[in-house]
Amino acid sequence: MESRLRKIIVCDPDRCNGCRICEYVCSFASEGVLNIKKSRIRVVRIEPFLNLAVTCRKCEDPLCIKACPRDALTQKPNGVIVVDENKCNGCGWCVETCPFGVVRMHLDKRKVVVCDYCEKHGYPMCVEYCPKDALKYVTLDQAARELSKKAVQILVQELASR
Amino acid sequence: MKGYAGKYLMVDLTRGKTSVGKIEEQMALNYIGGYGFGARTLYDMLPNPAQVDPLSPENVLIWWTGPLAGTISTAGNKYAVFAKSPLTGIFGFGISSGLFASEFKSAGWDGVVFTGRSEKPVYLMIDDDNVELRNASSIWGKTTWETEEMIKEELGDESFTVASIGPAGERMVRLANITNERNRQVGRCGLGAVMGSKNLKAVAVRGTRDVEVADPQGLVRFIAELNERCQGPATEKYRVYGTPANILVHNKLGCLPSYNFQKGTFEYAEEVSGEMMLKTHVKKIIACAGCPIACDHVNQAREDYAGTVSSVDYESLALLGPNCGIRSLDAITKAVEICDTLGVDTISAGNVVGWAMECFEKGILTKEDTDGVELRFGSNEALLEALRRMCLKEGRLGKLLSEGVRRASQIVGKGSERFAVHCKGLEWAAYELRSLQTSTLGFAVSNRGADYLRSGSYQVDVKGKVDRLRLDKSRGKIVYDGENQYAVIDSLIICKFTRGIFQSMDELAKLYTLVTGLSMTGEQIVRAGERIHNVARCFNVKCGVTRKDDYPPPRAFEDPLPDDVVKGAVIKREEYEEALDSYYECRGWSRDGIPLKRKLLELGLSREAEEVGVEA
Repeated sequence: MESRLRKIIVCDPDRCNGCRICEYVCSFASEGVLNIKKSRIRVVRIEPFLNLAVTCRKCEDPLCIKACPRDALTQKPNGVIVVDENKCNGCGWCVETCPFGVVRMHLDKRKVVVCDYCEKHGYPMCVEYCPKDALKYVTLDQAARELSKKAVQILVQELASR
Repeated sequence: MKGYAGKYLMVDLTRGKTSVGKIEEQMALNYIGGYGFGARTLYDMLPNPAQVDPLSPENVLIWWTGPLAGTISTAGNKYAVFAKSPLTGIFGFGISSGLFASEFKSAGWDGVVFTGRSEKPVYLMIDDDNVELRNASSIWGKTTWETEEMIKEELGDESFTVASIGPAGERMVRLANITNERNRQVGRCGLGAVMGSKNLKAVAVRGTRDVEVADPQGLVRFIAELNERCQGPATEKYRVYGTPANILVHNKLGCLPSYNFQKGTFEYAEEVSGEMMLKTHVKKIIACAGCPIACDHVNQAREDYAGTVSSVDYESLALLGPNCGIRSLDAITKAVEICDTLGVDTISAGNVVGWAMECFEKGILTKEDTDGVELRFGSNEALLEALRRMCLKEGRLGKLLSEGVRRASQIVGKGSERFAVHCKGLEWAAYELRSLQTSTLGFAVSNRGADYLRSGSYQVDVKGKVDRLRLDKSRGKIVYDGENQYAVIDSLIICKFTRGIFQSMDELAKLYTLVTGLSMTGEQIVRAGERIHNVARCFNVKCGVTRKDDYPPPRAFEDPLPDDVVKGAVIKREEYEEALDSYYECRGWSRDGIPLKRKLLELGLSREAEEVGVEA
């Protein structure tokens, strides 16, 4: 798949209110348990106003892969990072290199985990369960178009109210 | 059984020792969690509550989550705190939400029971199984918001969630609350003062365990459906304007308390409405963990109070605003910030300051009594200064207000008791006394004192399902049903804003079963609600509560409303007596408000029947 067609999970900070439903759902979707500390997507709350959920961005030429001394991490053509648990020894270099902090060390297994975009469900469950549609599963091109649209709407409203 | 952690922590603060207790299946089935567990344990742990000074080491402080906490259940991450209340002298409890309860359950605990008193300030750290009382000397004196930051810093991980008291709790202000995650409070009944009396500054918790549920697939599917319903009309009010939407609704109906409940409308209602607030002050809407609704409207103040940030809901807004004659959203935002950071309940605070303003305007309190504060309705400066002094117990005014409205009015006397708007010592919330009369009955019979959260009986009034300007014998049943259902909601514990999305009590029972694996029907769960309510009442009877305590304050009977929309509305004594009788009859209590032995035995409460129950 061409990288420009890759869909990623993006989060709208205006809509995200920090409810963490994505985290609960993710732990269930990924491991069949309810434990937000095992979620691949994480909500960041910076008081008093900022909330944003972040997960794997499917980077081009990802730093996490480069950092792994045991070649445990690979990237599929659709951008999903795959962790070979037999090779990963939990050194955590990839955790340190990910600029978004979304490569995580699993609490029990001590192997790293990365969002797999719910490949086995066919669609990211966090996006499906987000009650405010803050999470979207889109290409970056679509995400940019939505932002442009929003900006234009605001501009038009402001012009109209003058 | 799943859902529950199955164990709770006991902390003896006097000896600095901890131990572990177990939750048995029978306890789970009979009392559900939250309110139910609190009623059961408070009754058991304080066998002679009348003899216990709430601020002495003999009082207990009990925290419970419910079976839903930490699961993905819709708006189900709540915890409740219990003690004999220093404000009311009876059954005291409050519920808060946020992430705290989820972390607590995930750490492997259903609750924690504190006894005794620590010699020095401490806080409790719970890190899964690792529990520790830690020195809190360096954080004693700090605000709740500072305390959260300092504890996270000290423990080296901001994923700890902290519930703490502010300087008001430390000083045992009787209105003191407990705050977690800045904006969420165990608000009522002065439980922060109980923490302060025990030298317990905070509880910090981090949990990393899976929360096991009986049917994860079924639960997640059911929650998807419930969360979808939460985007519908039943919760629209909360999502868009938050609870402040009530300002204009209540103003129109003449049931928005203003000027210490002298009126039921506010001439500047538009200026402090939810609609206005959303337009000019709301900077962000946030949600508690697991909540698909998101009602919390965080304000940013401007002009004189620029930089002030606080979360403003209807009760805070109405009592610190119209009830004190205040028309500035900036000042109200500041007032809430003072209450939240120094640590007092905004409802009680707005109520007692409103009372003091009426005293001042009537000449009952003078500038000498207020240490120079011109305590007039509508004065932003007076409100903020009074709140600050109350929280810090500063000077004559601060000390007086810190006692709560019942005690303060008894101290001042001179007829000020007549317009101290409370029941059983708990300050009346922002529902007018005379123009919502089913509500008033519900407030007056509530186990906690003047309480809008125990039966929701205002709903039939606001929705026009009954004649809200009078009472009759149909109202007892409305309050009775509401109380039993709310006791279930408060025990599970689930947010009341979801009540419109459940089609029946069977659905709540279904949720309980999906989580716990214990079979439960709607009828059984309501029965548990009735049982829970009766245990709390029996505790209150032991504290001396009888029929005489189940009345609204004199203003409800004696001062007809002046507002055009509800002109002359007043509660007629004989109608009230009839409605109260009808309530006792539904409850199976004596005419004096004491549970009958027969009723208690029917609910499986043999000890209560023996200790408290009376013959028909």
